[in-house]
Amino acid sequence: MKAKALKPAADSRRKTAKLWQLRLYVMDQTPKSVTALTNLKKICETHLKGRYRITVIDLLKQPHLAKGDQILAIPTVVRKLPMPVRTIIGNLTDAERVLIGLDLRAEG
Amino acid sequence: MNKNGAKTIPSPILLPKCRTGIQGLDEITGGGLPQGRPTLVCGGAGCGKTLLATEFLVRGAVMFDEPGVLMAFEETEKELKANVASLGFNLDGLVRRKKIVVDYVHIERSEVQETGEYDLEGLFVRLGHAIDSIGAKRVVLDTLEVLFASLPNEAVLRAELRRLFRWLKDKGVTAVITAERGREQLTRHGLEEYVSDCVILLDHRVNDQIATRHLRVVKYRGALHGTNEFPFLIGEEGLSVLPITSLALNHKVSNERIATGIPRLDAMLGGRGFFRGSSILLTGTAGTGKTIISSNFAHAAGQRGERVLFFSFEESPNQIIRNMHSIGLRLEPMVKRGLLRFHSARPSLYGLEMHLATMFKEIAAFKPHVVIVDPLTSLMELGTISEGKGMVTRLIDYLKAEQVTTLFTSLTQGGHALQQSESGMSSLMDAWLLLQDFEGNGERNRVLYVLKARGMAHSNQIREFLISNHGIDVVDAYIGASGVLTGSARVAQGDLEKAAVLASQQEAAQLKREVERKRKALERQISDLRADYESEASELRRIAEQVGTRTLLLGTERAASGRLRQADAKVGTSTRGKSRNGRKN
Repeated sequence: MKAKALKPAADSRRKTAKLWQLRLYVMDQTPKSVTALTNLKKICETHLKGRYRITVIDLLKQPHLAKGDQILAIPTVVRKLPMPVRTIIGNLTDAERVLIGLDLRAEG
Repeated sequence: MNKNGAKTIPSPILLPKCRTGIQGLDEITGGGLPQGRPTLVCGGAGCGKTLLATEFLVRGAVMFDEPGVLMAFEETEKELKANVASLGFNLDGLVRRKKIVVDYVHIERSEVQETGEYDLEGLFVRLGHAIDSIGAKRVVLDTLEVLFASLPNEAVLRAELRRLFRWLKDKGVTAVITAERGREQLTRHGLEEYVSDCVILLDHRVNDQIATRHLRVVKYRGALHGTNEFPFLIGEEGLSVLPITSLALNHKVSNERIATGIPRLDAMLGGRGFFRGSSILLTGTAGTGKTIISSNFAHAAGQRGERVLFFSFEESPNQIIRNMHSIGLRLEPMVKRGLLRFHSARPSLYGLEMHLATMFKEIAAFKPHVVIVDPLTSLMELGTISEGKGMVTRLIDYLKAEQVTTLFTSLTQGGHALQQSESGMSSLMDAWLLLQDFEGNGERNRVLYVLKARGMAHSNQIREFLISNHGIDVVDAYIGASGVLTGSARVAQGDLEKAAVLASQQEAAQLKREVERKRKALERQISDLRADYESEASELRRIAEQVGTRTLLLGTERAASGRLRQADAKVGTSTRGKSRNGRKN
């Protein structure tokens, strides 16, 4: 697993502040995968600045990891933390739905 | 996997087939599923799709050394293992030995948010990884259609499924895809559109509260296949399709004869009883003694030291033992010696298929010489006539192949119509004994006759049989001008005949006495006549004497008068001469 970005929690205004762990499952460098990563980063920077961590998993290199998070669709984002686990599939073009999917609406 | 010795139909087209190892399925499909192609198995809930698919994998791994991947969308790995363990499949062991990979795919729709474009490459990756990890030759996707509920975008899903099936073909794996039966089409989501090589339809039908499973090969591209519906069983050793039509009639036959336990009945069957390995039907109305004759047969086999398996669908073992004891037939020593085993079950306990499977299992375990099914009719009522006949055919074929003599009893309701319906069954039987009631004179009597006995001279006579404390006694029924007489009528007729004999004897004696009397009378008459004659004869003699005396006296008187006259000088020297001379003078 390659840590693409790791930012310490800098936003002290939020009392609920905690580290968000996101996993992005991709398959090679397909356009869908690239778009998904770009979109995800953008959303995280906007809403979770400094308290998120994205792990990108390339199933072409690590196919055995697909089973663990029940991955079927590519690309898929899995929110490992905070609990509960949430899953978003698709290239994340619709930011609004991503926020709903990540349950960020209330905080945003 | 061909216990019955039936050969699979060789396909004229050289389409490589992948043997499933499932009993009967390979016979129907002419050798198995199309190799390297996907096969669709569809059917309603609870008709055995998952089981068929799992067995395909397990048998492949165990029997043909073809590892397999099971991708389960409905049940978890743990659930699957537990489910198939009850059927004798050690899925866990196969997984540990890397013969099978189980991958449980699960998506909770409520936990998934969809946004933007995606594909199902994850599924491909997982499947590909599983296949490559053990070098799988077989793949099962059970049940792929769950994805339609999990993923909101059907268009993407359909495109991906199409790609998946093509990908499976490219991989060269033989795949089984299960799907729910749809209302108007074979599957709920039209999967048959993608899988077009082979489609198998499973069905679970309830007839008269009893469920029977059926299997039909709807489509098999490029190969001959049985198009009929075949009943199939889910037994303790997995699935078993019953292809009635493909069983060949080529079992061995025996010339050995076995006694029935009733000497007179043996006498009726050419003196030596039934052939070993034959199937015997014993029909009769209620209370005609079917179970008694069966028990006698069982007892006789036990005396020979043979094993008997008694399937009883109406009475419990203890009840049969007690009842037979009352006629002097002791079965419990046989049970104790392990020569007799009962299997009692209510017919309605489960469907025909299950009964058949249980019977096969019992027979295989006990290896009996004689099997008794009492009564067959209770079983037949569970299904339609054709189903029942199919079942009996299969049972008989199986038993004949094993050289087991089988006695089926059949309850008829009396009358001719039923005897006719029975004839459909009787054509499968080698021998047919009929038990009948004769009612009359305020009593009911049992008669027995041999309706048919293939391959042996047999009696055409109706015999009466009596059940007493000592068992069965077969006696000649009275057959005369007034028909067949049984029971007291037979006894009465016997008495009547005796009386007639006595009467004629008496008559003869009477006549004899009469003649004697006449003879005596005649003799008396003769003696009377003789007496008469003798008295007359003696009279005659007396008269003759008198005449002589008188003549003498007359001569003397003349001489005296002559002397007196002195006419003649010589007196007394010759009276006659003198008298003659004198008279001449």
